[in-house]
This record gives sequence, C-alpha cells and structure tokens, in this order.
Amino acid sequence: MATTALEISHLNKSFRTATTVTHVLEDIRLSLKQQEFVSIIGPSGCGKSTLLKIVAGLDADYEGVVLLNGTDVTGPSKEKGFIFQEHRLFPWATVEKNIAADLSLKDPKVRSRVDEMIELVRLQGFEKAYPKQISGGMSQRVAIARALLRNPQVLLLDEPFGALDAFTRNHMQESLLEIWRQNQTSMLLVTHDIDEAIFLSNRIVVMDAKPGRIKAIISVDLNYPRNRVGGAFQQLRTQVLSALNHKEADVVGYDI
Amino acid sequence: MPAKERTKRLLLGLIIPILVLAVWQVAVMAHLLSENLFPPPTSILQDFYEMLVSGELTHHLGISVMRAMIGFIVGGGLGLFFGLMSGLYKRAEELVDPTVQMMRTVPLLAVTPLFILWFGFGELSKILLIAMGAFFPLYVNAFLGVRNVDSKLFDVARVLEFSRLHQLTKVVLPAAMPNILLGVRLSLSTAWLCLVVAELMGADQGIGFLIQDARSYMRTGVVFVGIIIFALVGKLTDSLVRILEARLLQWRDSYRG
Ligand SMILES: Nc1ncnc2c1ncn2[C@@H]1O[C@H](COP(=O)(O)OP(=O)(O)OP(=O)(O)O)[C@@H](O)[C@H]1O
Ligand SMILES: [Mg+2]
Repeated sequence: MATTALEISHLNKSFRTATTVTHVLEDIRLSLKQQEFVSIIGPSGCGKSTLLKIVAGLDADYEGVVLLNGTDVTGPSKEKGFIFQEHRLFPWATVEKNIAADLSLKDPKVRSRVDEMIELVRLQGFEKAYPKQISGGMSQRVAIARALLRNPQVLLLDEPFGALDAFTRNHMQESLLEIWRQNQTSMLLVTHDIDEAIFLSNRIVVMDAKPGRIKAIISVDLNYPRNRVGGAFQQLRTQVLSALNHKEADVVGYDI
Repeated sequence: MPAKERTKRLLLGLIIPILVLAVWQVAVMAHLLSENLFPPPTSILQDFYEMLVSGELTHHLGISVMRAMIGFIVGGGLGLFFGLMSGLYKRAEELVDPTVQMMRTVPLLAVTPLFILWFGFGELSKILLIAMGAFFPLYVNAFLGVRNVDSKLFDVARVLEFSRLHQLTKVVLPAAMPNILLGVRLSLSTAWLCLVVAELMGADQGIGFLIQDARSYMRTGVVFVGIIIFALVGKLTDSLVRILEARLLQWRDSYRG
C-alpha cells in the first residue's frame, strides 16, 4: 500500500462555449496509492464524470497535472480501465468475444485469460450469450471483466451500478470487492450512493458543486467485509452526510 | 405447433392465387378470354415444361443471372466502398457525396439510350446499366450505417486501445451491418430490375430476349414463363439475403413484427 499509483495535482477544468465559460473543476488534488479503493461522492453536476474522463485520458483539455505511475496521462490506454454507467458492450459479440474484444480467442493465452476472467466475474455458462440475453448486472460484470483482462493499473468506475436495482447492486458491490481483493488493482469509483462508498472504499472523497472541488476526504478504517448495519457504519454515514451538506470547503482540512 | 401454424398461414395465402388461376382457366376454356392473349395456366405450364426439358430456359436464365451478378458485384462493390469511405472520412464525403447525390436523381431509364449509343447493344452497356442501378442503394446505406455507429462504442474502442484496423473491423463494420445488408437487398433487386430493362432494350440471349422474341411471334405463353422466371429469381435472391440477415444479425434486439 505504499507507492502512489495515480496523482492528480492542481487540476482545473472549464467548458467553453462561444459566449460562456463554465468552471467545472477547481484545484483538484488527489492521489491514489497502489491497491487503494477510493470513492468520489458529490451532488449531480459537480464534475465527477468530468474528472474521471480526464484521468482516463478521454478528455485532454484541462490545466494541471495527472500522473499515472509518475508519467503524464496523454490519452486513453489499457492501464486505465474504464467502466461506464451503461455497460457499453458490443451488442453483436458474445460475452467471451466482448471480453476478448480486439484480441483473438484462438490465441490459447487469450483464451485462458478470458476463461479466468469469466470465472472471476462468475459468468460461467454464459460465454456464448449475446448482451441482449443477459441481465444488466451480468452485462456490467462482463464490462468489468473486459477491463480487467487488460491488467489495468487503475480501474475507473463511473456510477457502474447506478442503473441496477438495490438487490443486484448489493450483490455487485460484493463481487467488486472480491474482484478487487483477487486482482489488486487500484479503484477509483464515482457513486451517488453513500452506503456503496462506505461499503467499498478505503477513502471517500466528498465533492462540492459549482465549481466542483474537494470538500473533504474521509478515511474508512473498517475491516472487510463490512457490516452495513453496524454502529461504525452508521457513524460513517452521518459523517459523510454532514460533509456533503456543509456549505463551506474549509470544514475538514485534508491532505493528499 | 409453429409448424402447424405455418402451414395454416401458407394455405391461407394461397387461396387468392389459386382462385384467380382457376377462374382464368375456366374463363379461357369457356371462350370468355382470348386464348392468344391469355393462354390458360395449364398451357403456360406446358410451355414451361418444354423449355425446361429442351434446356432453353436454363441457358437464357444462366446468361441473365450472370449479367445481373457481374453488374451487382461491380456496382454494389463500388457503392459499398465509396459509401464506407464517405461515412468514415469527412474529406471523402466532401469529395464524393455531392456528385453521387446529383447522379442519384438521374432516372436510370433516361440514361439507357445514352448507354446504348456509347456502348452499343453488347454486354458492356447492359452490365454498366445494372452496375449503375446497384451502386446507389449500397452507397447510401453503407454511408448511413457508418454514420449511425454509436459514438459511445468508439469511446470504448479508444479506452481499449483498438488499432485503426480493429476499429473498422470490430466496431464500424458490425455496427453498420444491418444497414449494409439492407443495401445489399435493395441493390440486388435494383440490379434485377435493370437487367429486365437492359434485356428488353435489345439482346440476343437472356430471359428478357426470350420475352421480346416470344412477343414478336405471339407466343404469349412464353412471355408469361419469362415474367414468372423474373419474379421467381427476384424473390429467391431476396430470400437468400434475408436468410443471411437472420444469421448475421441474430444479436439484434429489435421488434420484428
Ligand atoms: N461537454 C460538455 N460541455 C459543456 N458542459 C459540460 C460538458 N460535460 C459536462 N458539462 C458540465 O460540467 C458539469 C459537470 O458535469 P459532470 O457530467 O462531470 O457531472 P457529474 O458530477 O458526473 O454529474 P452526475 O452525478 O449527474 O453524473 C455539469 O454542470 C455539466 O453541465
Ligand atoms: Mg456523471
């Protein structure tokens, strides 16, 4: 848990139209250690997706520094796995072909890695199914397997379970924890769901809107697997909620 | 159960054609219709059988199918190529699309005399006419197909670091496939239509020639045989593409009637 995987410093981002400039992210400073699980929570429109896209290299129009393993992020790459809110599977490809994507399943190495991933996300028996034949939760697991197959340094997840029902969501959170434990990737998760953030992460980043900035960073020092109904969990819930509701950015000092 | 349902549907669809044929047959036999203009179905069947046995039919059909295929492959192939290019590259679109759209408004029948003037009655003018007809549907649909690719899937391809080639073969082509296959179907039927036009204009072989020749000798039965052959082959190719569609597009999740 020592070395830094991802380092974001003095990141500013504005959207410009012909007449207006919207300042979306202001002085974001955040670093992610290797194998760390960090969640970002904040009101709608505070720039969470924008931040994640910048880290993914999908948006290069920003000021500041984003370093992955000490090197500048210049564009999208397999080191930064990205899970979108919708699964974004290729509808014409079967589950296994979606996971392999541009790699050939005829290559025995790819074949065995794909099988490994299918086992990891517990989709045995659905290798040959098309996306239309599987549920939303299963599709999202395929998307996660597709990203993990490429051995990313960090997995970026933008509200990956937002579209799922509560039961499936809980189940997916448990699988994500298991995947994280087995795979040892750093995780940066955007969510709307306070319980999800507490259940999963080592640290929770609380953001403020207009302009989007970091208000607080809350450490979650509970052992995994966490008990959603325990007193400590409840206490953290209150802590995150009050951080979210505070007006000023200076409530909790934080170090990066 | 579905098999039973299917035969039921088939029988229901056959009622009207059979009724028409029966009335026709009876009307000719009762001398209500001229036998020269409306040879009875039984005599058309007789003509059909004789031409089939003598090998006349297969010979002319072979020639016609060959012409249509060559024209389709040349025109459709070019249409597919330019459609994909225009869809993929803005520059190619700006270069090609205005000309294609202009040419598309020219009625094919109107350029036929020009083609005959330039290239005579030979194979070249026929194949060019068919190729021209087959070009546009594939061009338009390939172009549309590429432009309809979900840009969200391109983001996925970027994140997964697809090569240019893989972006084309693993994202653009499969996504455009429904449109491309529709284009193939329309191109094939247009090719077949243009073949009829080309062969009726003047030919010494082929189904169209058969019809023209039979007309000048008042062999109305043979004219009917030719028309039926045109219809059957047209329907057959369409069904073949539909089967291909069903196989290639089984991943689709859309309402199908
Ligand atoms: N392409 C764009 N052009 C202009 N403004 C944009 C663009 N994308 C996002 N914005 C603006 O940036 C702000 C942040 O958007 P973003 O999608 O990052 O929010 P978010 O925190 O992910 O919200 P949500 O929780 O609803 O997903 C919003 O006010 C939005 O209007
Ligand atoms: Mg968002």
